[in-house]
Amino acid sequence: MDDDSRHALFEYLLRLGDDRLVLGHRLSEWCGHGPILEEDIALTNIALDCIGQANNFLQLAGSVENKGRTADDLAYFREAIEFKNLMLVEQPNGDFAYTIARQFLFDVFSFHLLEELQHSSHQELAGIAAKAVKEDRYHLRHSREWVLRLGDGTDESHQRIQSAFNDLWMYTGEIFQADKVDDLLFEKGISVDLKSIESKWSENVSEALTEATLAVPDAEQYMASGSRQGIHTEYLGHMLTEMQILTRSFPEAKW
Amino acid sequence: MPQRKGQLKGSPMSKDQNHQGDSQWPIWEVFVQAKTGAPHEHAGSLHAPDAEIALQNARDVYSRRSEAVNIWVVESKNITATTPEDNPTFFEPAADKIYRHPQFYKIPRGVKNL
Amino acid sequence: MEDESKLRAFEARIEAGEKIEPKDWMPERYRKQLIRMISQHAHSEIVGMLPEGNWITRAPSLRRKMGLLAKVQDEAGHGLYLYCSAETLGVDRSEVVDQLLYGTAKYSSIFNYPTLTWADIGTIGWLVDGAAIVNQTMLAKCSYGPYSRANIRICKEENFHKKQGYEIVATMAKGTPEQKRMVQDAVNRWWWPSLTMFGPPDKDSPNSAELMKWQVKLQSNDELRQRFVNLTVPQASVVGVALPDPDLKYNSKTGNWDFGALNWDEFFAVIKGNGPCNRQRMRARRIAHENGKWVRDAAGAYAAKKRAA
Repeated sequence: MDDDSRHALFEYLLRLGDDRLVLGHRLSEWCGHGPILEEDIALTNIALDCIGQANNFLQLAGSVENKGRTADDLAYFREAIEFKNLMLVEQPNGDFAYTIARQFLFDVFSFHLLEELQHSSHQELAGIAAKAVKEDRYHLRHSREWVLRLGDGTDESHQRIQSAFNDLWMYTGEIFQADKVDDLLFEKGISVDLKSIESKWSENVSEALTEATLAVPDAEQYMASGSRQGIHTEYLGHMLTEMQILTRSFPEAKW
Repeated sequence: MPQRKGQLKGSPMSKDQNHQGDSQWPIWEVFVQAKTGAPHEHAGSLHAPDAEIALQNARDVYSRRSEAVNIWVVESKNITATTPEDNPTFFEPAADKIYRHPQFYKIPRGVKNL
Repeated sequence: MEDESKLRAFEARIEAGEKIEPKDWMPERYRKQLIRMISQHAHSEIVGMLPEGNWITRAPSLRRKMGLLAKVQDEAGHGLYLYCSAETLGVDRSEVVDQLLYGTAKYSSIFNYPTLTWADIGTIGWLVDGAAIVNQTMLAKCSYGPYSRANIRICKEENFHKKQGYEIVATMAKGTPEQKRMVQDAVNRWWWPSLTMFGPPDKDSPNSAELMKWQVKLQSNDELRQRFVNLTVPQASVVGVALPDPDLKYNSKTGNWDFGALNWDEFFAVIKGNGPCNRQRMRARRIAHENGKWVRDAAGAYAAKKRAA
């Protein structure tokens, strides 16, 4: 593999890993504080899946980079500006509706992405995706069912989840913005065509929102972008400060 | 008689919906099949608003360590069970029907694999 | 009297090692005591999620983060199994949860202490879960079927909790000087409260005799406490951590480790609500419960609409 491809693949694996690490971390903040015991357990399961997937992608990123960095090194010793996750997943939990809307918007994307990545020409990447897509199929079923229940539940739940979708919509544009990394890897059959994923995403999202009696937010609005280049919302820095405090304070220690 | 509310009688929703401060979801019983070919066994119960959420919750609560290849959920109120008072009439009469067991029958010596 | 003969039959069944099932006749006292015990046990699991949950977002590696998350999630599961077994006795989960959040229901006093460093997470897994396992192993044999089954499941799952905790303690105990200090400090703070987890001394435990007669408990508080001390002392010496009790010494006559006097005044004060974190823990649980109400209502309303359709 030439240096450009290797570098692109490293970047791409960081994106895959960071999306799931940051989302898993956010979901883990719910543990012990869920709306009902059963759902507390469900959210934690999804958090665990996400962190497990992140671990696999980051480990592979470290080996592709070939500088001896482990998944933990990448998770705990990078600055916010070096994180490549989507802004969507770093948004704070808000209420349960906000968490579900964030989850659903990501799950639809992630499910279709991983389904394609199973056929990546990069075997290790394809292997991780094949395992992860089974978990994501479940995540999507879970978040979609909750979108229906909150959208078509009570007036209060309807309003809460509608406003969550409205607030989060500005972070959905950048999901499908392909850059040099995507283009180069797509040519080599390693990554996927974001355009085809975008059309499936739009179809699934509007179908679910309609079934849930919710309005699909206006696409013609300000759309944030830049997270794949390390430009984030203010929230990520605080999250990482908390996440990395112990490892950064005692860099020599083993835990 | 000590009995789980909503089980085997009445509707759990009617009382619970009026419960002060909370609309408690009804109770479901969870049965898991550990591997194909094995019977479903009662694993425990949980609260869920409907069958889909009951299935999802059952998966997360009772199969976190791959304990299941298949799950049944049934709302507790839909289960009909015998009561301890039924025991003498239901089960004791079966105890002396020795003719249902192979030991009841004598076979000639020397016959194998009958 | 009819109840008199039913009581004799009930006690004979227990004597014969039979399990009592939800719809069997049972004395009102037995039912009441079980509801009290099981719901306290369930509350303890749920409140117990909070001190450890405090470190989930700061766990120092991905492996530790997943291990801790899975452990705290198990506690939610255990609370759930236990609430369900209490419900077989004719109470609603929402009723007993209300008693915890807005009434005077009790839970294990240990969870009213703060988790101050990462070493607390290891120490809780090792000592607090270790003590809980000793107790739950006994409860797995108790006379009430649903409670016994819940404890069997809990014991199976909880084994990894203690191992995880001990691994954290062992790793830190041979780590940097700061880590060693953290571990010793955590053990100093958690040792005595974990010994009180078995409840007051037998002579001051008013419910014990009755519970033992009906085989809800099979060993006394003091017996269980002694068993835990005997198990733990050698584990501490393997990792080179000191237990903070100058009176701790092996008694060759009894084969037990003798230990110093426990601070029961503090125990009863914390149980009554006057501990370092009682208010904080209850506030967190009330907020979760109250913020969850609209979610529970929404799913209930959706299900009702679908049934009506």
